[in-house]
Amino acid sequence: MNMSVEHGAREARPSREAGEARVPGRWTNVLRRTLATRRVVIGLCGIALLATMAWLGPLLSPWELGERDTPPFLRPPSPEHWWGTDAIGRDVFVDTMVGLRKSIVIGLLVAVLSTCIAAVVGGFAGYFLGATDRVLMWITDLALVLPSFLILAIVSPALRDRGWLVFVILLAAFMWMVTAKMVRGMTMALKEREYVLAAHYMGVPAWRIIFGHIIPNMSSLLVVDATINVSAAIITETSLSYFGFGARGSDVSLGSLIAEGARSATTHPWLFVFCTGLLVVLVLAVNLVGDGLRDALDPQSNHRY
Amino acid sequence: MGRFLARRMVSYAVLVVLATTFAYLLAASTLSPRVNYEEHSPQPTEEQVDRRLDELNLNDKTPLAERWFEWATGVARGDFGATVTGTSVNEELERRVWVSLRLVTVGTVLGSAIGVGVGAYAAVRQYRAFDRVSTVAAFLLLATPPVVLAISLQVLATTFNDAVGARVFVFNGESTLGLDAGFWGTLWDRVAHMILPTLALALPQFAAFSRYQRNMMLDVLGSDFVRTARAKGLSRRDALLKHALRTAMIPTVTYFTFTFGVMMAATTFTEKIYNWNGMGSWVVDSIDNQDVHAVAAVSCFMAVCFVVASFLSDVLYAWLDPRIRVG
Repeated sequence: MNMSVEHGAREARPSREAGEARVPGRWTNVLRRTLATRRVVIGLCGIALLATMAWLGPLLSPWELGERDTPPFLRPPSPEHWWGTDAIGRDVFVDTMVGLRKSIVIGLLVAVLSTCIAAVVGGFAGYFLGATDRVLMWITDLALVLPSFLILAIVSPALRDRGWLVFVILLAAFMWMVTAKMVRGMTMALKEREYVLAAHYMGVPAWRIIFGHIIPNMSSLLVVDATINVSAAIITETSLSYFGFGARGSDVSLGSLIAEGARSATTHPWLFVFCTGLLVVLVLAVNLVGDGLRDALDPQSNHRY
Repeated sequence: MGRFLARRMVSYAVLVVLATTFAYLLAASTLSPRVNYEEHSPQPTEEQVDRRLDELNLNDKTPLAERWFEWATGVARGDFGATVTGTSVNEELERRVWVSLRLVTVGTVLGSAIGVGVGAYAAVRQYRAFDRVSTVAAFLLLATPPVVLAISLQVLATTFNDAVGARVFVFNGESTLGLDAGFWGTLWDRVAHMILPTLALALPQFAAFSRYQRNMMLDVLGSDFVRTARAKGLSRRDALLKHALRTAMIPTVTYFTFTFGVMMAATTFTEKIYNWNGMGSWVVDSIDNQDVHAVAAVSCFMAVCFVVASFLSDVLYAWLDPRIRVG
């Protein structure tokens, strides 16, 4: 990529102005590359727009969450109800915005959590190898083989009263496996590098090498993966809520709205189209960011969209 | 190579056993079949309920270990126990397995084969129209949850049927009930019922595989060995198919295993939405009915499917990558 060529050229140049000229650091570089990738910018704008809508939208609307309008119900979109009303007279716009809010928050939290688990499990397995590796990889394989949807569906109604944070932990518990395997592979390669060996011989404890040297060195992989996990988490949450297995009983989420709207998708399209559309746009924006970041952060990739 | 695969087989078998046991323990300790009797009228006495539950080995008053032991000895003999209504899980299993397998196999094969083909071709034609169209399509499909995709296909089919004024697409159940149209008529009826659910399963697979294969192919296309293949006089077609695609498919084969898990979950939604009585819809139904043994049986089935997919990808990997063959 031209970036590295530029970098090489800068290093090769005799450093006449060394000390004055600031060589951009790794993160400045990453930021520049990221902003130069159009997909990432479009995706980020999309997410920002949706988030603003989700948090400010209900404030602008004259209707409150759960407030019911008088019959006739199922009114089509109008200046009064921007996105119509549902079968019991609730404002669809406000409901959808609140559901969107929940989807965004759950997606972000689950992704961060599951990527952390993956980094720790993969890092430890790859660094220590031997028995630690075998045990951790067994757990990983077992979690991969277990039908996660089924487990989530059984467990989440039982934990419904504990609130949605428990639900976030549950979702994360079934999303870290693939990343953990990748992290393990990369750790085994990084382990042989000079700076890791140097730290090792200087007597730095293993856990500090893992958290201080190994994991920061694959931060780009982790960032990309966290982004991909955001969309995976949103999709899983939607699917669970669709079947009524979401953790939040009476609460709205995009999944529960889609489940309600699906039944009347042909007769009352506004119940189905808006929440589904927003969900697709949200996941699309997150995917664009993830895909763009992968190219921006991977020095070997050739401009691929 | 034989030993390598044999070793993998053993560890996969252990994984299936562990996964099934775990699912059983989880279901047995969380679901309560007793709830099913609460709404019976006349209300059965507690002893009656206990006796019935004891018969089915579902009584939550028996210690979990004891129940598990009885269930496990049954499974070891090939008997998955009884459902909450007292019928045999095995019979239900036999009926449903083929329904799901038909859907999963056709969906996976179609989706991944077309995905790999389209992805590889898109890489060869990078930035041309074909590439752009397939990329946009893949991105849109990847952003659509399987539930939404299945419902949207249904809505589109209904609109289409209404517009044409005939039932071109059917999307309810596996076959028309009580149809008597001879062998070919029945076959056609089944195929017609399969179209939409298979599409709903195959499209996300297609999207994931085409994106992945395109990236892998782009990595390979610029490499020295493809240029060497061309330089030594191979035609462009041969160089691309035999050298580039074959190498680019190695990572995709590993990827196959990971997408398979997602695919199994998608089967659940598809079957439920299209009213197929397969394993996937059984998941939802059995949890709703607090059916512990059915849940365990479905978990076992899904674990076996996952393991078979992993094993297949091991075999394919070994076949594609000459370096692996030693194990």
